[in-house]
Amino acid sequence: MNTEISGIIVMFILTLLLSLPLGRYIAKVYGNERTFLDPVFNPIERFLFKCSGIDPQKEQNWKQQLVALLVINLVWFLLGMFILLNQSWLPLNPDHNPNQTPDQAFNTSISFLVNCNLQHYSGETGVSYFSQLYLMFLQFVTAATGMAAAAAVFYAFRKGTHQTLGNFYNAFVKSITRILLPISIIIGIILILNHTPMTFEGKQQMITLQGDTTYVSTGPVAAFVPIKHLGTNGGGFFGANSAHPLENVNYITNMTQMIAQMLIPFAMVFAFGQFINRRKLGWAIWCVMTLGFLILCIPNIIMEMHGNPNITAMGVSPALGAMEGKEVRFGTPASAYWSIATTVISTGSINSMHSSYMPLSGMNMLLAMMTNCFYGGCGVGILNYFVFIILAVFVSGLMVGRTPEFLGKKIEAREMKIAMIVALLHPLLILAGTALAAALPSQTASTLANPGFHGFSEMLYEYTSSAANNGSGFEGLGDNTPWWNISTGFVLILSRYLPIIGPVAIAGILGAKKYIPESAGTLKTDTATFGFMVFAVIVIVAALSFFPALTLGPIAEYFGMG
Amino acid sequence: MKQQILPALRLTLVLMILCAGVYTLLLSGFAGLTPEKGKGEKIADRNGKSYYANIGQRFDSVIYFNSRPSAVAYNAAGSGGSNKGPNNPGYLKEVQQRVEAFRQNNPGAVIPADIVTASGSGLDPDISVAAANAQVARIATARKLSQQAVQELVNQHTNRPLLGPQKINVLKLNIDLDKLNH
Repeated sequence: MNTEISGIIVMFILTLLLSLPLGRYIAKVYGNERTFLDPVFNPIERFLFKCSGIDPQKEQNWKQQLVALLVINLVWFLLGMFILLNQSWLPLNPDHNPNQTPDQAFNTSISFLVNCNLQHYSGETGVSYFSQLYLMFLQFVTAATGMAAAAAVFYAFRKGTHQTLGNFYNAFVKSITRILLPISIIIGIILILNHTPMTFEGKQQMITLQGDTTYVSTGPVAAFVPIKHLGTNGGGFFGANSAHPLENVNYITNMTQMIAQMLIPFAMVFAFGQFINRRKLGWAIWCVMTLGFLILCIPNIIMEMHGNPNITAMGVSPALGAMEGKEVRFGTPASAYWSIATTVISTGSINSMHSSYMPLSGMNMLLAMMTNCFYGGCGVGILNYFVFIILAVFVSGLMVGRTPEFLGKKIEAREMKIAMIVALLHPLLILAGTALAAALPSQTASTLANPGFHGFSEMLYEYTSSAANNGSGFEGLGDNTPWWNISTGFVLILSRYLPIIGPVAIAGILGAKKYIPESAGTLKTDTATFGFMVFAVIVIVAALSFFPALTLGPIAEYFGMG
Repeated sequence: MKQQILPALRLTLVLMILCAGVYTLLLSGFAGLTPEKGKGEKIADRNGKSYYANIGQRFDSVIYFNSRPSAVAYNAAGSGGSNKGPNNPGYLKEVQQRVEAFRQNNPGAVIPADIVTASGSGLDPDISVAAANAQVARIATARKLSQQAVQELVNQHTNRPLLGPQKINVLKLNIDLDKLNH
């Protein structure tokens, strides 16, 4: 067991150590400063911009940025629909997989478009290699979309008054060429050296040692998996995602994928501090996020290592922990660690089946997605946290009787309204979606894999995962039906774009305001006190609104345990 | 908005060439340089037949170390777990049956959790050390080998990493087990 605990600690420390220099590097990239890789990337970027007729130097205000972002997203959606509806005759389909149905293609396109990757299909049978490559492309560009939106917020908080927030295409393309692509190549090489398949051959027949005939799916897995994690996308190549022994071969690939998914969310926080020249603020944000992460993660590790009491009662040794849905090569601690890492961050890849976790472990995963800002997704995590900062500044301002300010900018009614709408949208979508699903048993009852409270948790999890753009699931849910495909599709769209539009709009409005120099009366936002204030706002606004729903699901299930 | 569509389309096309094309070819090229050519690790048995080393197989015969239960019957073209909740009565009944069957085949042995629960992928290539140890006596009797010889084989196959759990690849263990008899 000791080697397993040290495995987790090493993973966490390595992530932190790698994210610090990466954060400095990201700040330089968005600041258009010189880096040692310029000679490689400058010509590539010049070529990309020339081909697409874009001037990356042209300054854009927040509205122009958002229009550019939304238009290019629409293009990707339409292209995705076309490919998924026609994959059977498009190239690279050695297994002759059929076209997706319209509602499934809608859900697949949307969920990859919004960095969620809900996947109401299985990779082995539901998509061709050509579709997989397009989905992989989406994993690059949607991650870069979130990062570019975060970069716009960074721009707004440089000292002074700013009418514009840089150029969307500039930050977007550089996120791909200078950050996502090079790191993905390094990760891909590590995965290939650890026997991850990278081939375009179709299914291979294999007669087992005992004499059974079986078929083995492989594919260009080593290209797909790096960006799936680095971009916090989480869409699996195979149905079992990173629990599959070819998608996640051994403990080293598991550590690599784990570090990859936490890397950019960590680094973005440090990049923010570096970019606006307030490193202490970066650390303060990181500490609050880490506190939230550990509060959810440590109990899960303990509960899963403890084992399922129902099974221990049958005379089974609990030494390995609760092993249903988990793989021996990862063990319970690293699986439980992943279960929270993948839910606080919007990855949603899994290395064990979340539905089979202990009830309260399942609740912690739900809470991780309900708060959705402890680290959070690639770029969008810091945007979600930013909304809570605005709320906390306002509440603190009221408490001490001062005009609320953040980084030298006055926060007024308009910004507060936007922040409140974004903060309340998340519970609204989750709770209304689940309530509708529970009220329409004709659509949903037959899709549940478990009876009783756990069945309710399956529905709650599906909408929470959609609204958090997470993409993991209590996968027993038979979710490839028009009801699930379409209802979660709409939740996905709203919960992706409004939480991007809101913070960028706030940043744009604040950026254009007069800069008030710091004085003795300024509320300090990089202190522990303010950190706890933000934490309290997150707990009250995010976590508590979900408490009644959690009582009907995991909490009731916990009290029903034998 | 109109003047944004054309640049967006053009940028999408060049980025597709870069991210889906160049990137994939680069990694495919690198995989081609490895001994297994990016097709996954293979292992051969005593007759020279080859298997995917990391794809778990169904082993339920008394003469082989049994692998973990699989929710997808070890179908390597359709992976997945059971997704049953920890309290599901139907599921617990199923586990109870597995426990009884394992106890009957391996009387007196400690029953570890992995050997009576389904893995996440349904293709878990490994079992725990405890699960292998629990089967040593049965295998030795069934194959008319000494318990010591079988136990030694288990010890040889135990992977003891610095980080992460100890584990045993069932396929590799069973291939070498076949070699013991000849």
